[in-house]
Amino acid sequence: MTDDKTSPPQRSSAPANPSKPWGDYQIEVVVGYLLRYGVMLSGTIVFCGACIYMFRHAHEPADYRIFRGEPSDFRTIPGVFESARNGHGRGWIQFGLLFLVATPIARVAFAVVGFALERDRMYVAFTLIVLLVLLYSLIGSGLTF
Amino acid sequence: MTILTFTVAVGIVSFVAGLLGALTGLGGGVVLVPLLTIFFHVDIRYAIGASLVSVIATSSGAAAAYVKEGFSNIRIGMFLEIATTVGALLGAYLATWISTTAIAIVFGIMLLYSAYISRRVRPPELRHLPPDPLATRLQLNGSFPDLDGERSYNVQRVPAGFSLMFGAGALSGLLGIGSGAVKVLAMDQVMRIPFKVSTTTSNFMIGVTAAASAGVYLSRGYVDPGLSMPVMLGVLVGSLLGSRILVKAETKSLRLVFSLVILVLGLQMLYKGLWGRI
Repeated sequence: MTDDKTSPPQRSSAPANPSKPWGDYQIEVVVGYLLRYGVMLSGTIVFCGACIYMFRHAHEPADYRIFRGEPSDFRTIPGVFESARNGHGRGWIQFGLLFLVATPIARVAFAVVGFALERDRMYVAFTLIVLLVLLYSLIGSGLTF
Repeated sequence: MTILTFTVAVGIVSFVAGLLGALTGLGGGVVLVPLLTIFFHVDIRYAIGASLVSVIATSSGAAAAYVKEGFSNIRIGMFLEIATTVGALLGAYLATWISTTAIAIVFGIMLLYSAYISRRVRPPELRHLPPDPLATRLQLNGSFPDLDGERSYNVQRVPAGFSLMFGAGALSGLLGIGSGAVKVLAMDQVMRIPFKVSTTTSNFMIGVTAAASAGVYLSRGYVDPGLSMPVMLGVLVGSLLGSRILVKAETKSLRLVFSLVILVLGLQMLYKGLWGRI
């Protein structure tokens, strides 16, 4: 798959050829596939939830005109897990959506590991900042409790 | 309207938005919120929540294809994500605080701007720019496979690009869109990153940026499973199909039609925000 990339691993700080280092590319390809499978899996979970939801509620009226906010079942991670475990269609959908939100977070986490393997301290720091902002968004917003 | 007809109709509209967004490279998210609010009478907060989730699906779904082409630059992406994620977090908190009419007006302006960007004639790319000391220190310069072999580039004006990215993140968090138009402006025009590199890097940044505001939207109850389900599935299938047929399709006239749609939706959002109820 990467026959053209036979050059040894190099860090992009080498001023002579600051091109994509071998390590970056390899990690990115693997992570790219993981993300695609993650999205497929989350789409499948959402679809399963959709089937249950449709089976039970297809003929009820749909109304999203007035914003009421979601009940706590769909607003916190434990609430979503509980709802999905009880076999609620919407709980499964929300679980699939949570899984989807996790895919870019996983991507950043993989990047931290990748840069650490390359011993690129500056980019370990940068990716850690991004990861912390993402985790803060999940925890600080009250999603986890 | 029953849940069945509503779900099928929203699913079809989202599918078309995802398909056209991928074919034209303009992104589907930007038309979803106005379509849901104007034609399906969905409260703009629910529409933003559903759109934001679908943006993550298109970004993560396309990542593998873009990475393999060797265009995207992970360092540029990760460095600029510091700005976009912090911006997105602030934008999402701002969205829970300002009025829905204000959001509609900002959305209308954003749509008009996107329509303008999509019709503008792109100035020729400047090549062989001298290396910028800050960009070199941050290891942002790189290269990508071009028609005539590997082509290297030097990134320019890092602080200005970083600041614009903060704004792009804030808009993404406020409106629940990928705000690709602002991202490409920052990378293309300000930082002088080659077009192929800036569009593909922007695509992977969009998912991470959206994830930063997703937590706020989920916990504030903006993400409704019944609405997000057809939006997410429709956009995902549409954009995956769109990126498959992209190579064969004639996109020029399609792009014109799509930017006209964006223009009309922008005017409607402005009208609704200024004189109507949203």
